[in-house]
Amino acid sequence: MNKTKAAIAGLALAVSAVVAQAGEVEVLHYWTSGGEAKSVAVLKDLLTKEGHDWKDFAVAGGAGEAAMTVLKSRAVSGNAPAAAQMKGLDIQEWADLGFLADLDGVAKKADWDKLLPSVVSDIMKYEGKYVAVPVNVHRVNWLWANPEAFKKAGVAIPTTWADMIAAGPKLKAAGIIPLAHGGQAWQDATLFEAIALGMGGSEFYTKAFVKHDDATLRSAKMIDIFKTFKATRDLIDADSPGRDWNIATSMVINGTAAMQVMGDWAKGEFTAAGKVPGKDFVCAPAPQTEHQYTFNIDSFALFNLKSDDAKEAQNTLARLIMEPKFQETFNLNKGSIPVRQGMDETPFDSCAKLSMADFSGTAKTGDLVPSFAHGMATTSSALGAISDVVTNFFNSEQTAEVAVEKLANAVKASM
Amino acid sequence: VANKRPFTDMLADSMPKLVLAPSFLIVMVCIYGYILWTAALSFTKSRMLPQWKFVGFDQYTKLMNNDRWAVSTENLIIFGGLFILICLALGIIMAIMLDQKIRQEGFLRTIYLYPMAISFIVTGTAWKWLLNPSLGIQKIVRDWGFTDFTFDWLVNSQMVVFCLVIAAVWQSSGFVMALFLAGLRGVDQEMIKAAQLDGATLPTIYRRIILPSLKPVFFSAFVILSHIAIKSFDLVTALTGGGPGYSSDLPANFMYAHAFTRSQMGLGAASGMVMLGGVLAILIPYLYSELRGKKQ
Repeated sequence: MNKTKAAIAGLALAVSAVVAQAGEVEVLHYWTSGGEAKSVAVLKDLLTKEGHDWKDFAVAGGAGEAAMTVLKSRAVSGNAPAAAQMKGLDIQEWADLGFLADLDGVAKKADWDKLLPSVVSDIMKYEGKYVAVPVNVHRVNWLWANPEAFKKAGVAIPTTWADMIAAGPKLKAAGIIPLAHGGQAWQDATLFEAIALGMGGSEFYTKAFVKHDDATLRSAKMIDIFKTFKATRDLIDADSPGRDWNIATSMVINGTAAMQVMGDWAKGEFTAAGKVPGKDFVCAPAPQTEHQYTFNIDSFALFNLKSDDAKEAQNTLARLIMEPKFQETFNLNKGSIPVRQGMDETPFDSCAKLSMADFSGTAKTGDLVPSFAHGMATTSSALGAISDVVTNFFNSEQTAEVAVEKLANAVKASM
Repeated sequence: VANKRPFTDMLADSMPKLVLAPSFLIVMVCIYGYILWTAALSFTKSRMLPQWKFVGFDQYTKLMNNDRWAVSTENLIIFGGLFILICLALGIIMAIMLDQKIRQEGFLRTIYLYPMAISFIVTGTAWKWLLNPSLGIQKIVRDWGFTDFTFDWLVNSQMVVFCLVIAAVWQSSGFVMALFLAGLRGVDQEMIKAAQLDGATLPTIYRRIILPSLKPVFFSAFVILSHIAIKSFDLVTALTGGGPGYSSDLPANFMYAHAFTRSQMGLGAASGMVMLGGVLAILIPYLYSELRGKKQ
């Protein structure tokens, strides 16, 4: 009798020990489309294998806008999830309000400072302490081209913005839309950003869009950039307003358009259509930005939690995200590249290899810059102000001089 | 003691108050409470979350200097004005025509009223396809052989606001027609017969007797349409996404973008208060005339 009692007690202890170890992490994310959902499932499996529970909290819609609205109401009511997908300067805003957890324990153990370029780790840190984990890197300054279309028109794939504008009439004469583009504010900003980086250079770009230096924003160079930006309007078909980026990509895929300036998420559309990089489509850095790199990094911010089990599970999640296994599988699924340096390149395709080489290369030369169009460089209010000016200029008869004036004023007002 | 009454009496007396209390409380907190909350927020420098650092009228000054706000209010005036006028005109004409004791009236009425059952999102998406130059009306007419035909308002930043008017009128004019039809059926038939005996023609009867008696219907339709116009948000989101550029933005879109996605809650709250001011400017004269009418 006593033996059974002892056995039961022992069993109960054992069970409670297991329960005490297994924490639950609730993860808010907006990766809900096919390939993205598959990528998240990788993380869930890894976490479950470590004995923790994953509570999925996916909020679809509006490129994360819906998720952010939910996150705000949850955080204000004191019920924040363990981790939330979040980007760029938003991390700083949340940390500033005191919501984010200190990850320095995990970061020191795995030596994240060595694994990440400092431009990247600066975004993940608040007052010198890690508060977020980067998941992947998207390169934004890509030019996606259909070589068949260029052959038909008898022009080369442009490497400068002037070449691109000059190639326009020949492509049009061959019945091809020179530049595929969707007229949405963020796409206008993506194109503008590539032109500004190419024509202005990394230093100019950083001064204007990261530091918001007034003199740079009003400079003659900026006026030239706006003029070139307006000139690319002629390369785009009249029906572009409101078009989604993937529709524009499909125009390049089927040859009605020759090229598109878009981040490397566009690659997924090409590969899904069964196209081979280097043969059916060409991925090249956007004109004049061959040795520069605008990055767009997805990351998870980790929130302050009360229970120790949950904290334990949260730390495990942070550790797993930075480990090579997750970095490789996730990024192969997503089409981006690992943020962790020194990874094996063999499983990746030629576009990703080029991106990986340029990422480490530009990190050394200082040409690795945050993409402002994707919220990596500025606060959401400054980004909103800039993209309002850019998109309005692109879709109206405004002159470049007026637009530059408005840009500088809008940036100042948003501070 | 004389004023000691049975408990059931007291309960019966206070029952209406008790039953109304929850809904009264909800209305007080969720409508008037939040209006005050928004008003207070509009005087703070709140960004991502409410922050109680008061800055006076700064946010309103920013709002008035904001180009996008100027475009969206101008759009609201054009859109609201045309939408209300065209809906009222079409509604009255359709109601009068349906009132001519025609065959299959019930069937026709349903057809005209049906768009109202659809949400603005569906209307917006359907019209986005119809108005798209390379998919919709322009392409069909060009395929018919009129190759010079151009109807590209949706992608033209000067004309795009009229696309909003087209879609909104299509959706709401049937509803206005139903309102007027109900009003027409309520007109005293004796009066019309008397007028006919006096030799009045049909147009005169409509002009001198029927339409003047529809004044309350006219007012209700006006108030309903103007609040649809001011709160229009989903139509813009579905039809144009605010584009090209931000040329088809309405104040509600501006408010949402700044308060919820751009971490400028103070500015968003200020724009919300200006919109409330717009609604009150329409509502107060209406309520005033209604209440005064009752007293007489």
